[in-house]
Order: sequence, then C-alpha cells, then structure tokens
Amino acid sequence: MAQATHPQILFASDLRRGETLLLGESGWVRDPRRALVARDAASGADLLRRGEADLAKNRVVDVYLADVEVGEDGVPSPLHYREKRRLAGPSVRPDLFADPEEPSR
Amino acid sequence: MNVHDPQFVDRRNEPAISYRYDQHDLAFVRSRVAEFREQVRRRLAGALTEEEFRPFRLMNGLYLQLHAYMLRVAIPYGVLTSRQMRRLADIADRYDRGYGHFTTRQNLQFNWPKLVETPDILEALAEVEMHAIQTSGNCVRNVTSDQFAGVAPDEIEDPRPTAEFLRQWSSLHPEFSFLPRKFKIAVSGAANDRAATRVHDIGLRIVEGEGGARGYEVAVGGGLGRTPFIGKVLRPFLPREDLLAYIEAILRVYNRFGRRDNKFKARIKILVHELGAEEVIRLVEEEFAAIDREPFAYDAEEFARIESFFASPPYEAPPARSETLEAAKQADAAFATFAAVNVARHKVDGYAIVTVSLKPIGGIPGDASSAQMRALADAADAFGFGELRVTHTQNIVLPHVKQDDLFALWRKLDAVGLATANAGLITDIISCPGLDYCALATARSIPIAQAISKRFASIERQRAIGELGIKISGCINACGHHHVGAIGILGLEKKGQESYQITIGGDPTLEASIGEALGPGVTAEEVPDVIENLVDFYLSRRIEGERFIDTWRRLGHARFKEAWRKEGVDGVDI
Amino acid sequence: MALISEGAFIEDSWRHLTNEEDLPKSGKYIVPLARLAEALQRLPDGALLGVRVDNTADPAQLAPCFGRLSLIAIAFPAFSDGRGFSLARLLRRAGFKGELRASGRLLADQITHALRCGFDTIEVASDIAARQHEAQWRDALAAYGAFYQSGYGGRRRILEERRKAAS
Repeated sequence: MAQATHPQILFASDLRRGETLLLGESGWVRDPRRALVARDAASGADLLRRGEADLAKNRVVDVYLADVEVGEDGVPSPLHYREKRRLAGPSVRPDLFADPEEPSR
Repeated sequence: MNVHDPQFVDRRNEPAISYRYDQHDLAFVRSRVAEFREQVRRRLAGALTEEEFRPFRLMNGLYLQLHAYMLRVAIPYGVLTSRQMRRLADIADRYDRGYGHFTTRQNLQFNWPKLVETPDILEALAEVEMHAIQTSGNCVRNVTSDQFAGVAPDEIEDPRPTAEFLRQWSSLHPEFSFLPRKFKIAVSGAANDRAATRVHDIGLRIVEGEGGARGYEVAVGGGLGRTPFIGKVLRPFLPREDLLAYIEAILRVYNRFGRRDNKFKARIKILVHELGAEEVIRLVEEEFAAIDREPFAYDAEEFARIESFFASPPYEAPPARSETLEAAKQADAAFATFAAVNVARHKVDGYAIVTVSLKPIGGIPGDASSAQMRALADAADAFGFGELRVTHTQNIVLPHVKQDDLFALWRKLDAVGLATANAGLITDIISCPGLDYCALATARSIPIAQAISKRFASIERQRAIGELGIKISGCINACGHHHVGAIGILGLEKKGQESYQITIGGDPTLEASIGEALGPGVTAEEVPDVIENLVDFYLSRRIEGERFIDTWRRLGHARFKEAWRKEGVDGVDI
Repeated sequence: MALISEGAFIEDSWRHLTNEEDLPKSGKYIVPLARLAEALQRLPDGALLGVRVDNTADPAQLAPCFGRLSLIAIAFPAFSDGRGFSLARLLRRAGFKGELRASGRLLADQITHALRCGFDTIEVASDIAARQHEAQWRDALAAYGAFYQSGYGGRRRILEERRKAAS
C-alpha cells in the first residue's frame, strides 16, 4: 500500500529579525497564501534543499518541513497546532499580528 | 573624575539603595556588549555557524522563539531602580512592541527584539548598569532572592549582598561556563523562605552559627522540570568565609561528573539522585578540602564593600499607626481591600511593603506595558526611595512605602490598571508564556490563566478562598513552577490537542513538596470547572484558618481525587 | 589541526603519534594515553614526551609521570563540553608544570577560558581554523581588561584592582 503523505510547506526563521518565514516561489514570505506547497516527497526534498542553501548563506535558521492541509481556496494550513500558532502569532495578543507583510529582503 | 569622563555614571538623583557598579563592573559589561556585537558580526558573516553561535547567544540571554527572538534581561536578585525601570520601558518602545514580561526568576523578557539590534539593546542596558549576561546557557544563571529582602520583619540577614557577591563570582567564570546544563542558585535570609531555595540547584539559607557567626545552610540538587526534586542539605552550617570555595567545589564536581549524554538527565539533581546524597557530599567535601584558600583571602573585605551598598534608605520615623491610612480605609472599600491583601508588614514602624499585582483579572500574568513600567518608576520615586523589586511570582514590589502614602500610591496605581487586589489569592496566578510565545512549549498556558482568573473575578470570593497559589507551565520544563503550586497545571499534547494535567499539594517554601497528579488530562475548556470543583470541595471541608494546602494535607490526596471524580468531570485518558 | 599560542597561529613543533606508529628516537612527540607506559619506558635521551588524554582522565593517574611529561593535551570533543577546563585546573593543582594544550573543538570565544584555567596552547580542528581566522583569536584575547574570579590565571583580576585602589 502506498504511503499517504501530506502536502508540506517549508518553515524557517529569519536570522537577523527572528520572524517566521515560509518558502515561496521567489524567496521567503510571511503570507501562507504565497507559500510553495510540496505535494510529494521529491518536491518536499527540493524545498528543504532550497531552504538549507539559504541556511548555509546565513539568511535563515531552523529550516523544516511541516505537514499542511490545503483548503479549497488553495491556502495551506498547518496540521499541527504549534505551526498554526507560528503563523497566527500569540493568541493572547491578536493586536500584534496584523496582515503579514513581506520580509524586506 | 567628572561628568565628561567616559567612566563617570551620572547618578545624582539616585539614592544608594542597591549595588552600584564601579569602573570595573562598568568596563566588564561594556566589554561584554562589544564582544557580543562582534559575535553577531561573525555569525552574519558565517565565521560562526548557528550551532557555534548559539551558546554565546544564549549566554547573552537571547533565545529564538516561535515568532521572534526573545531577550531575557537579568534583574539581579530582583532589584530595580526607577531609572532602570524607565530604561526597560524605553527599550520596550524603541526595540520591542511596547511591553515586557516579568518571569519566575525575577528577570524581564522582551518578546520581539531583532538579533541585529540586540547589541544596541545591551548597550542601552549597560548604560543603566544592567545586562543580559548568563540568563541562559549552560552556566550559572541569575542568582535569585527574596523580594522582601532588607525589609521583612522575619529577616535574619539581607540576602542581597550574598547574591551580588555570587553574581560577580559567576560572571564569565572560566571553568564553569560550559556545564552539562544550566545552574540556578537562590539565596534566602529569612525564617520564611520566599526564594524557593529548596527547588534550586544550590539553595542557600543564611543562618546563625555559634557565637553569632553568619553562615549558610547549603542545599543541593533541587529543581523542577521533567523530574522534580527537593534539594538535599550538604552542610547545615558553612562559614561565610568558605562560601566561594565550597560553591567552587560543588560546581567542579558537577562539571566533571554531571551527565552529558542526555539533556533531560543533565542537572545536578540527577547526579544527586543517581549517586546518592552521601556520595555527592563526599565528593564535594573532598574537593573542598583540596582547594587552595589563598585566592579567597580578601573575600571578607570585598563582601563588606558590597554589603555597604545595601544600607537602609533614610527612613523617617512615622508612628506605627497611620491615621491617614485608617481614614482612607474607612472611606474607600476598594482601597481597604487593597490594603488588606497587597500590603505586608515592614520591619520599620510606619512603613509597609506593597505588592503591585501584574495579574489583572483576565490579563496576561507578568506582563507590563511601557506606560505601566513608567508609572511604576514614578510611583517608586514618589513613594519608595526609587526602588522596586521583581518577585518570582511575577509581580512587582515597592518595598518602602510610608503607610501615610498608601492611599495616594493606590490611586496612582489604579489609574494605570495596577491596583488589582489579589496578591497571593487564587487569581494571582503564575504562568509561563507557553505556546503563545515559547518554542519549547507543548501547550498554551496564558489563556488557561485568563479563564481561571475570570471565573474567580469576585474579590469577595477570592478573599473567602484565601491563599491559593495556582501555577501553570506550558510544558514539562516547568518554567511556571507548576510542581510547587498548591494547584499546578501542566500543558501537554494529547492526540493532537492541548491537554492539561492538574496536580495538587505543591509548596515552594521550606515545607517544600511536589504536587501530586489528580487524574487524566482535561481540555482547556474544562480547566476552570475542575478548579472550581476543587475549591468548592476545600471550602466545604476546611477548618477555621486552614489554607487550601493545609486542608489537602489534612484530608489527603485521595479525598480530593474522589471529589474531582464525583463532580463528573470527564477526562481524556492520558 | 591548527595551533594557537597567545592569539596567533604557530607551527606545531610536536608530533602526534597514532596507536600504530613506532616511537621515534628523538624529537617531541605526543602519544595516546594507552601508550604512555610504553613511551615512558623507552623514552630516549633528549626526546620530549607528551600525552593526549580524554577530558575524563584521572589526574591522580597522571601525576606520577609529571616529572617526565613535557606536555599534556586534553581532548575537547565538543566546545560545549567544559570538562577539559576542570581537568586542566586539577592538573595544575597537582603540580604539572609543562605545556597544557586544549585539543579539538574550541572556538576563539573560549580562548580566555582556556588560558585562565591553565592551558598554554589550543589546538583546533581544521574546519574551525578555516572559519575562525587569527584575528578572531587575537581579538578574543583582548576582549576583557579584567575578570572577576580570583585564583585563575590570565589577565588582571577585578578584586586585586579594587584592593589596590583602596589602599
């Protein structure tokens, strides 16, 4: 029986600023709507490779893949509540996480 | 030296209430800032890998958390001047998001600093004799103490000189900066232990020996976390002149023999547990006997020099009974409640110790906005010789307030939301930041605290319940000290959901005990009901004057377990 | 491996011997602890002997050999493992007067820790040396003017400075 794998997105933290980043088409983004979604192991590995390349260039740290489900609108949503929290910000200070803005670099 | 000298620190308006840096202390923190600035540069340039940079980042208090970096600023033995508090407010506004979080080790955490700005933050701290040195990392951490130090009636000796003495000794220690794991020391100088010394790696209690000589009861191997332990006494009386040599002996034994194979078994409490207290005592005494005492020959002089900074402020001599205070209590019921709950006896007639609660009903425990920090600084200047304390229950203390001034103080606090009259009551909850902030967490903790707080909002009900410490940790690392809460709550993950284990019977004082589990974990929604059931059971069974913990000790854990189950709470199997 | 002395990279005049190599007739060579007894027995005149040990070595076991040992190299398997610092201290306390070398994975940021605990030189893995050029070691040496702890070597001690100022 074939292994069912979840779609995945790539998480990292910005080395200089510490903010949560996702790997998007042309670089790192904050908005999950712009995150690249890997639908199989091979593309997941590819995401990881790209992330690790930027880790080696001292752009990001703590690079890892996280399982997501993809809604009808195509927006990925992490399966685990920890990664959901990373995208949503502190639940007790909703005022602190406005619309995600793109990283400056 | 004059104001143009770079080593001059302008303190014209500050009373001498705590340790003051001399040029060496100042040079040291400035060197540290320069060193860290260079380490950041090397990290960004790739000369240091993240793995290599991390311990040095941590030894300057900088963590990488869920959403951002987090900077843990040291507040040595919990003492802050108003100037320092204002600087923290400025940093919050300039480099963070306008607030800070006071912790269970008397430190302050900023939740949103950037790595590239942290050297500037550290420089801003150094200007007011503050730092973030060794607030993380596998080294000796902030030496904590009693928030009522110097002013409590039950005090044998002010523990702060000892804490400062140890702070300097432990700063950039060449031999003990790469320990198996973190190392926490607490010092208490009173009959009542308000510093939780029994759950620290080393707990020191100042005691009097023969002929009135001062010394220390030394306990080792206390700690919370995955495997909580109460510390074991190695020496009931260690003469003061032997303090540094003895601590060095303990640290050397730990550095050499502490486990390094398993991060969760690396604290000294595990070494004590696995070797046995007797063997650890033998190893420590053997090492202590071999240590050359010559380097410590001038410790007594240095200790006296440090001690001189902790002299009492220039107290006036008001009468023991304040008519102003009594009249205000008669006139204002809310103030009367505050005076009854948040004000403690001072060793000097006519003065009082005020606890400012950072636990507003439904609020985030331990958080203070920059505006509130400035208000606290102003209050300290107006009413308290410019001194503040941070407690390890995440509150602020104004340790020298004239009883005559209490009402005026309360009004100022009330204006900025800092007058919650719940010190030590059920809504004075300790909570770690939990999964809302912390990368280590397994569940959120703050919303649990908020829900319980709202459930018990009624001040009358709180006072009827009396002293009850609820402590919440968002993971097994127990930064919320849940093990020693009369009611402890531990947030875990169960089947993809946040799940909360409740314990009862913890105690952080000299009657230290670790809480016992009630049963399977419950959901976040169920927690306030569970707490309410436990409280109602306690109220129905207590004898006059019994606190929650007393009733639990008298009746036994089984009765409380029954009571919880009888109320029909469905727990998820753990 | 690169050798650091006083914040500069220097040539190593010592040779590390493996378990298999024959003992040379002269020169300066460092043997693993397992070969120490053999090396002491066959130590030629004019040859200098060093030994490399794990950071868990027992000082009491090495002390009898001090008179004939010119160098002890203590392994640092990871820079986060600080046992070597305590071992160096104990070896000095036991009377070792020769060269103490910290060997393995240390960072420039640890140079003063090592010197103050009694090490003379630091021998670092090549990959570390490649990223941590000499300037970093030299700068790290100069990072602090004085330290708090008494009884440790190295630079000025804050307590001594205070006493001098007071008198």
